[in-house]
Amino acid sequence: MQTVKLKQTKRNKIDPKIFALLLACASMTMVFLAYTSAYIIRQAAGNWLEFRLPNEFFISTGILFLSSICIHFSYRFFKKKNTSLYRGLLLLTLVLGIIFIYIQYLGWQQMLTMGIELNTNPSGSFVYVISGMHIAHVFGGLGVLITALLHAFLLEHRVTEKRILRFRLTLIYWHFVDFLWIYLLIFFTLQKV
Amino acid sequence: MTELTSNATEEKLVQELGYDDHFHEHHDGDKFQSNFITTYVFSLDHKVIARQFLITGIFWAFIAGLMSLVFRLQLGFPEEDMAWLRPFLGKWVTLSEEGVGAISPEFYYAMVTMHGTILVFFVLTAGLSGTFSNLLIPLQLGARDMASPLLNMLSYWFFFLGGLIMFLSLFLSTGPFSGGWTAYPPLSILPQASSGSGAGMTMWSLSLVMFVVSVLLGGINYISTILNLRTKGMTLWRMPLTIWTFFITAIVGLLSFPVLASAVFLVFFDRSLGTSFFLNEINIGGEALAQSGGSPILFQHLFWFLGHPEVYIIILPAMGMVSEVLSVNSRKPIFGYKAMVFSVVAIAFLSFIVWAHHMFMSGVNPFISNFFVVFTLIIAVPSAVKVFNWIATLYKGNVRLNAASMFSIGFVSMFISGGLTGIFLGNSAIDIQMHDTYFVVAHFHIVMGVAAFFGMFAGIYHWYPKMFGRHMNKLLGNIHFWGTMISAYAVFWPMHYLGIAGVPRRYYSFDVFQTFDHFDDMNKFITIAAFAVFLFQLVFVLNFFYSIWFGKKQTKKNPYGATTLEWTTPIEAIHGNWPGKIPTVQRWAYDYSKDGTDYLPQHLPKQDFESDEVH
Ligand code: HEM
Ligand SMILES: [Cu+2]
Repeated sequence: MQTVKLKQTKRNKIDPKIFALLLACASMTMVFLAYTSAYIIRQAAGNWLEFRLPNEFFISTGILFLSSICIHFSYRFFKKKNTSLYRGLLLLTLVLGIIFIYIQYLGWQQMLTMGIELNTNPSGSFVYVISGMHIAHVFGGLGVLITALLHAFLLEHRVTEKRILRFRLTLIYWHFVDFLWIYLLIFFTLQKV
Repeated sequence: MTELTSNATEEKLVQELGYDDHFHEHHDGDKFQSNFITTYVFSLDHKVIARQFLITGIFWAFIAGLMSLVFRLQLGFPEEDMAWLRPFLGKWVTLSEEGVGAISPEFYYAMVTMHGTILVFFVLTAGLSGTFSNLLIPLQLGARDMASPLLNMLSYWFFFLGGLIMFLSLFLSTGPFSGGWTAYPPLSILPQASSGSGAGMTMWSLSLVMFVVSVLLGGINYISTILNLRTKGMTLWRMPLTIWTFFITAIVGLLSFPVLASAVFLVFFDRSLGTSFFLNEINIGGEALAQSGGSPILFQHLFWFLGHPEVYIIILPAMGMVSEVLSVNSRKPIFGYKAMVFSVVAIAFLSFIVWAHHMFMSGVNPFISNFFVVFTLIIAVPSAVKVFNWIATLYKGNVRLNAASMFSIGFVSMFISGGLTGIFLGNSAIDIQMHDTYFVVAHFHIVMGVAAFFGMFAGIYHWYPKMFGRHMNKLLGNIHFWGTMISAYAVFWPMHYLGIAGVPRRYYSFDVFQTFDHFDDMNKFITIAAFAVFLFQLVFVLNFFYSIWFGKKQTKKNPYGATTLEWTTPIEAIHGNWPGKIPTVQRWAYDYSKDGTDYLPQHLPKQDFESDEVH
């Protein structure tokens, strides 16, 4: 019941910028949920060419997962003020990210050699479009990582509120594209059986 | 008691109990507002951005309204000579050998399509939630501005860019897109399908992608502002219903608009890269199209997964504003505040699982249809709760009749009429007869088109002083209301009869259907009524722009005796909204006629004579 004394609003513990990023991730997730649901509906309608996912996609998943681990530890070392590991692991994250995209590209090449072109059958088109959309999101992540690297190498290593926040934003987005791909891969694999 | 709610006391309350965030000490924001460009064009201030959304919305409503007159002319007077339109429409009015002019079918379809697209997205989504979410979220919550003024500005400019692209597409020599606002394939994919399916469709999809970006940027901002920037004491359960509806609307938008973007993206692949997500076994001029193996129904699923939530994105903010205006103007607390919130949440949730009621006739499995019938009909329950509560709010109220409150009552009337026809359509068996007829047109124009406009008008008349420091003219407001109310019903009511008789929508002409000949006069009547509606909107536009400069000046900070925080800000709007401290909130938003007082504003602490809060 109401008292004359002020009742403090319980403010969200979470930072507004991080919160906004999570909302953005939710809406990006909807794009992929839409595609994967469309995939299911279309597959159920028949005339669907089954093919094996190229092995490259599984290798790239490992690479991307590894990069997620790297950035995670880079963040730890950033907070512990271990500059060389912080910088090194962040750089490694970027390199692994680039390798990921390259292996995805090899995967596409592999699909082409299997005779699955972009317009052969919707089953292949979906894989191209969905993985392509994912790569677009990874490119966004690379941009963010490059900015983070510039900060890491050009600025003095200081652990300020502002820099922790920036790093966390990078971290969350990179984990997001990682888990997104893992979801997609599991989805593709389960749908093939 | 009166002194409790005088302007001076209210001011004192802000200063004594207010919360000092030292905002005006750093003049952070003000440096962005130093010249004309940064103040009025690339503004970061939510109040300016709100007005930008509103005026852009009015511009689009005017264009889209004119378009409807063009196609209504064709429907009402298919035989008349339209040569007089040639100076305006050029080659789209074709001349026969005797010099008799006719609106070309391509143009007719382009007008119908643009009318729908523009009103649904640019006017009733951007113009309505863009305007009022921006204006009211910070003001009613006691925030200096949005969580991210920059994203907010970008949200407007992406909307502007989307609008610009659509506007330019109107002047293409092949005409704008003409396959309906729902953009079903193959019309939206094959350039051969119609003249608007080439460049027109390319621009349509580009424009909508920009629009989706705008909605997402706006939505992220509204949600973070509501969750993070409420003033002290503003718990969720003390928020005015306006804020609740903007909040839920933004969430629905954030989850549904990306799906539209995904669908448009797949359309792009089919158009440009030879995939066939949505194309199957099509013959053009006797020749089979190479692209095959897709499913046009898939597009319908993706489209309506956005499309149905979208109609609630349009109506929910209108519902919120109507609740607020009705409560203020009947000097009574809103009836069933929590029930209102829960029904908004329920409607929003259900809106995601009913989309296939637009597809009963597309060949989906009738067994699956049943599932959608059930959920569709369940939406009627929270809708009815809301209607009941609005009527109960008015009941025995000390109702002040003015343009804002009359439009709110009109909203309730429209929502009832249109909601009832929704229940007909929601039954898949009845939909066999009604689908794609004028019955559907009547349903959604009344429940969405007119009702949402009424909510928007209620909002504009009510918050006009907050936007421009002046009041709109009362007499013109009354003329606008009664004229619109009567002529809008005159347009859409007869359409139910057309639809029940089976007259299909989206037809250029009915001359080959002799069964429909006896509707000729009804169609004439509808067209004349549509012209009347348009004329009454001119009264509004005149009133709106005239009042910006010459309207009656707002003299009291709180002209309606409302409880909410926006009325504690100075008449002359400033950056940061409150000159000194931010008021803190001590009670919910609906203490009207409580314990013998007229109203108790939200920042007034509990008084000795008051009974305990119960709501
Ligand atoms: C009681 C609640 C409602 C029910 C049961 C309902 C049901 C339906 C059904 C079954 C259809 C498809 C008809 C057909 O194409 O054959 C439909 C169409 C439509 N409804 Fe509703 N509706 C309700 C409320 C609303 C509301 C509140 C809005 C908007 C604010 C709305 C907007 C629309 C629109 C825009 C269409 C037509 C879209 C098109 O085909 O172009 N409806 N409604
Ligand atoms: Cu619907």
